[in-house]
Amino acid sequence: MPNAVPESPATLSYRDAVREALRQALSEDPRVFLMGEDVGRYGGSYAVSKGLLASFGPERIRDTPLSESAFVGAGIGAALAGLRPIVEVMTVNFSLLALDQIVNNAATLSHMSGGQLSVPLVIRLATGAGRQLGAQHSHSLEGWYAHVPGLRIAVPSTLDDARFMLAAALALPDPVLLFEHLYLYNMEGSLTEGLARVDLEHAAIRRSGRDVTLISYGWSLHKCLAAATTLAAEGIEAEVLDLRTLRPLDDAAIMASVRHTRRALIVDEGWRSGSLAAEIAMRINEQAFYELDAPVARLCTAEVPIPYARHLEEAALPSPAGIVAAARALVQPAGGD
Amino acid sequence: MNVPATPLTREHGLALLGAMLRIRAFEDRCYQLYGQMKIRGFLHLCNGEEAIAVGAMQVLGPEDAIVATYREHGHALARGIPMEQVMAELYGKQSGCSRGRGGSMHLFDASRRFYGGHAIVAGGLPVAVGIALAQKLRAEPNLTACFFGDGAVAEGEFHESLNLAALWKLPVLFVCENNLYAMGTALERAQAEPDISAKAAAYRISAAAIDGMDVLAVQAAVAQACRTVRAGSAPMLLEMRTYRFRAHSMFDPQLYRERAEVEAWQKRDPISSLTERLQALGMLTAADLQRLQRDCETELDAAVQFAEGSAFEPVSDLERFVYAERSA
Repeated sequence: MPNAVPESPATLSYRDAVREALRQALSEDPRVFLMGEDVGRYGGSYAVSKGLLASFGPERIRDTPLSESAFVGAGIGAALAGLRPIVEVMTVNFSLLALDQIVNNAATLSHMSGGQLSVPLVIRLATGAGRQLGAQHSHSLEGWYAHVPGLRIAVPSTLDDARFMLAAALALPDPVLLFEHLYLYNMEGSLTEGLARVDLEHAAIRRSGRDVTLISYGWSLHKCLAAATTLAAEGIEAEVLDLRTLRPLDDAAIMASVRHTRRALIVDEGWRSGSLAAEIAMRINEQAFYELDAPVARLCTAEVPIPYARHLEEAALPSPAGIVAAARALVQPAGGD
Repeated sequence: MNVPATPLTREHGLALLGAMLRIRAFEDRCYQLYGQMKIRGFLHLCNGEEAIAVGAMQVLGPEDAIVATYREHGHALARGIPMEQVMAELYGKQSGCSRGRGGSMHLFDASRRFYGGHAIVAGGLPVAVGIALAQKLRAEPNLTACFFGDGAVAEGEFHESLNLAALWKLPVLFVCENNLYAMGTALERAQAEPDISAKAAAYRISAAAIDGMDVLAVQAAVAQACRTVRAGSAPMLLEMRTYRFRAHSMFDPQLYRERAEVEAWQKRDPISSLTERLQALGMLTAADLQRLQRDCETELDAAVQFAEGSAFEPVSDLERFVYAERSA
């Protein structure tokens, strides 16, 4: 007979956390339903919605044909008419087939109607690279979407956010795109005890430090945290800021951290040219330039379609070693002290 | 589809004629105002196509939803959006039905379930499907009427939307206003199968081609289609065969069609046709016609006066409504 072990805080995966968020939303609000490709019988391409069909039935866990534009547009229409649809788009690359609906309709209808209409729609999309899925399943296009007024862009990068961001998104009257990095689905841990809700306004400091701010989100956030551990061993105390929302950006939190550390490295899995990193760097220039001790730096994905081969894919993406090197260069410039 | 015409009363005949004259007069006034640079942007007039909006709106109930295109002045007016609010919108004024943010192509009225005013061809179809999905999930007796042109039929969103509406048995009435040209591209130059109503069969959607120049035929067809859609909770498609008398927009020299073709269609003008029919039935006097036309001009003068006298939205409110101001 095995020894009785004291019960530890329940361990769950990021995938489980998103599923629990869906389950809660579906349980609490009859206006909520989930639709997308293979969300029902298949259980979700990334197994996020597994089991929900049995609990909520095919009207509310709604399998769609491969018609991204039609089912995203249908989500917009259902939201206009008072429901609270959650639309799953299998990957951000596929969302380009629905770009017309997202950019021309979801983002515009409130303003274009003079405030008469609102689109309380949540779109969940898998994003990012790291699973050798090649150039049509691995891109990070959330920075593009963050360009568009009328949309709200949020990225759950922790288990707590995976568990509670959905409810925050559903509580807003606007279209919210939630980007779930596919590499994080298997991440395991436990939820913060007593936490019941999160907001969709504020960035969060995930590690405090005094020497340099690492600004990131998604999988890159975890690379930054790993890099911060390495840097600490060298005596460099990095602060790690989780953006959480890409639109609107929490300028106040970014500037507060940068004013504290006087150095900023932005780590963004999007491509460098026209990137979100460029936008953040410019905002720091506009708002905190004279408080910087070093030029703002950034680390982005190499400007290639994400390749299949593991070594090439790894070389294309920001890495903890690359973050360490870039942070070190900021704190200890060549020719140093 | 052989639709028996509803018995025509003098009262109803005059109402239909008045509604079409009102739209025609509105469009003609817009044309003038555009020339005077009072209205800018793109302006798509629906002269020749009035019978479709007027016939359809006779049938649709106040709880039914409507999704229209960028050539939607007629639909908005026939739906009951006050003319002064439509005109003020074209003037870009705060009192416009979209507070000056939409313009001619983006008229909205949430209180009348008028969901725009969509200027991406076929972009309104998925939205209409979603509104109908909400109607079905809430077990409402209402339907969504989705208007679009023949150009939309070439878009993927048309096919995706028909499939989804049929697959999920949604109460959508698809109304294709086939005026034979997608801007300047003739239907047979764009479609391998130019019979639009035939396409619906691929999605097991029942469909019919209707004379869109005959307001009574339109009304009867829409009435029957609405009964079918409501009873079976399944979509239907009506192809309204029509013609636009004016250019596509104000920037179109009409190099793609012959004058003779335009004149041939003008002989089938829905307003003249109904006028002659009512006169032949002894239901319309010259005085009636004059009164209807005078009423249009009186209403238009007031609408223009209202629009010109209205305030512009303050620039300080530029960024209002990008995000909703009310809670979910």
